[in-house]
Amino acid sequence: MELLLQQTVNALSLGGVYAMLALGLAIVFSIVRLINFAHGEIMTFGGYGIFLSLVFGFPPVAALIIGLAAAVVMALAMERTAFRAMRGADVVSLLITSFAVSEILKVLFQNGISARPVPITFPASWSGTYQVGDITFGVVPTVSILVTLAALAGLTFLLRRTVSGMAMRAAAEDIEMLRLLGIRANRVVAVAFALSGLLAGIAAVIWTAQRGSVDPMMGFFPVLKAFIATVLGGLGSLGGAVLGGFAIGIVEVLAQAFLPETLAPYRDAIVLAAVIAALLWRPDGLLPAAKTSRS
Amino acid sequence: MENALEIRNLDIRYGAVQAVRDVSLTVNAGKVTALLGANGAGKTTTVMAVAGARKIAAGSVSIFGKDMTGAPEDAIVRSGVAISPEGRRVFASLSVEENLTLAGSVLGDSALMAERRSAMMERFPILSERRTQPAGLLSGGEQQMLAVARALMSMPKLLLMDEPSLGLAPQMVDQIFAIVEELRNEGISILLVEQNAALSLEVADHAVVLANGEVAAEGLPEDLKNNSLLHAAYLAA
Repeated sequence: MELLLQQTVNALSLGGVYAMLALGLAIVFSIVRLINFAHGEIMTFGGYGIFLSLVFGFPPVAALIIGLAAAVVMALAMERTAFRAMRGADVVSLLITSFAVSEILKVLFQNGISARPVPITFPASWSGTYQVGDITFGVVPTVSILVTLAALAGLTFLLRRTVSGMAMRAAAEDIEMLRLLGIRANRVVAVAFALSGLLAGIAAVIWTAQRGSVDPMMGFFPVLKAFIATVLGGLGSLGGAVLGGFAIGIVEVLAQAFLPETLAPYRDAIVLAAVIAALLWRPDGLLPAAKTSRS
Repeated sequence: MENALEIRNLDIRYGAVQAVRDVSLTVNAGKVTALLGANGAGKTTTVMAVAGARKIAAGSVSIFGKDMTGAPEDAIVRSGVAISPEGRRVFASLSVEENLTLAGSVLGDSALMAERRSAMMERFPILSERRTQPAGLLSGGEQQMLAVARALMSMPKLLLMDEPSLGLAPQMVDQIFAIVEELRNEGISILLVEQNAALSLEVADHAVVLANGEVAAEGLPEDLKNNSLLHAAYLAA
């Protein structure tokens, strides 16, 4: 029982990271049809932002804010320099562009900072534990669940209640029509990238707080999982991305905790087999994106 | 008074295909010009070029006396133009109210936007009844009302209406044409693209017929109505 509760916290915390990354991918994909393979490097850049600000002596809380800002700036810079010029190109050209951006950034991180992990040390009090009854929980996983929920609630509010959010939902349906109304599509796309960057930045904060280091591949593996989450949830569907992210995080942690030791090396294979089974059952994903009448 | 819209010698190409060739037409201020012709004649391409959404290869577009050739969509909207496009293109997943709010956001004044939105709900009571429903659930006629109301949110002086009656039930078609007349009586200039030539010629002050991307005929509606040759060639709908 104790193990199950603790693992549930871990599962939700990891699932939350995947969900935020998947949501960032889905927001951008739904509007510009870009599967952004460089999304992981946005997260990595956020991690280096935290690392460098600590090196330069900023207090930890400031370092986290700088990390978030770094991720947002990186997302906007990618959009402006690489993806805007490719607007309207087919999905494959966009995908290859994002591969290129991803590789360039990884090499820059390796050569500019270090190919090896660099340590991020937060105050010891952050990595504490607390008791509920007889059960011990980690502070960081718990806080990360709360942060994830707050981020998802904030994003839902933004999409449902603000004009920017309406414009993003409209752009996902018919961006030309949005332009015909006199709304600047470039600005809407930039807001979408900024949001995806912010979510990747929050993921970077949680990831580094739990692992205590940054390396050039930091964002790559979680974003790979987030890709799988968006496909599992239904490509382009925001609710699906969140659901897929949590599903993958939960299955992964449960597999880690409860699989017999001999099967442990096959953990990823087992998780992916479950994803394939889910897609055979629902080929368009768990919560498919609404089909709009115009292509 | 200067013309609401003046298109001069417009050329538009899609790759090697010339979709519009040397088209000139005028919408006088406060009047309705009907742009008629068969499917594929270049009507929608012409209208989309005026709205700023098609690349103009040659020629000019001026709106209320100001040269707007090649201007982006948002500049065109700010110059007083709005479009109710072919196929209506309401945002299906947004509610009726959200469709209007979004269109009104270009006014840059939320009080004015809300006031304008109430006016639209009053003018089209069906939209008020359905304000919280996703626009995708409306009937074709209701979606057309929404498309017109959405265009009117930015308080345009020139309205581009592309095939507003297409696919609608006959009584809905009458209602749409009644709206066209109402708007004209309120002083809004209108470029009306239609396949329904008979009804368009009833409401229009001036008409232009396109065929294969070129102007085939133009003049007063009465004259075009009685031109049996043209009728047979281009207007049989």
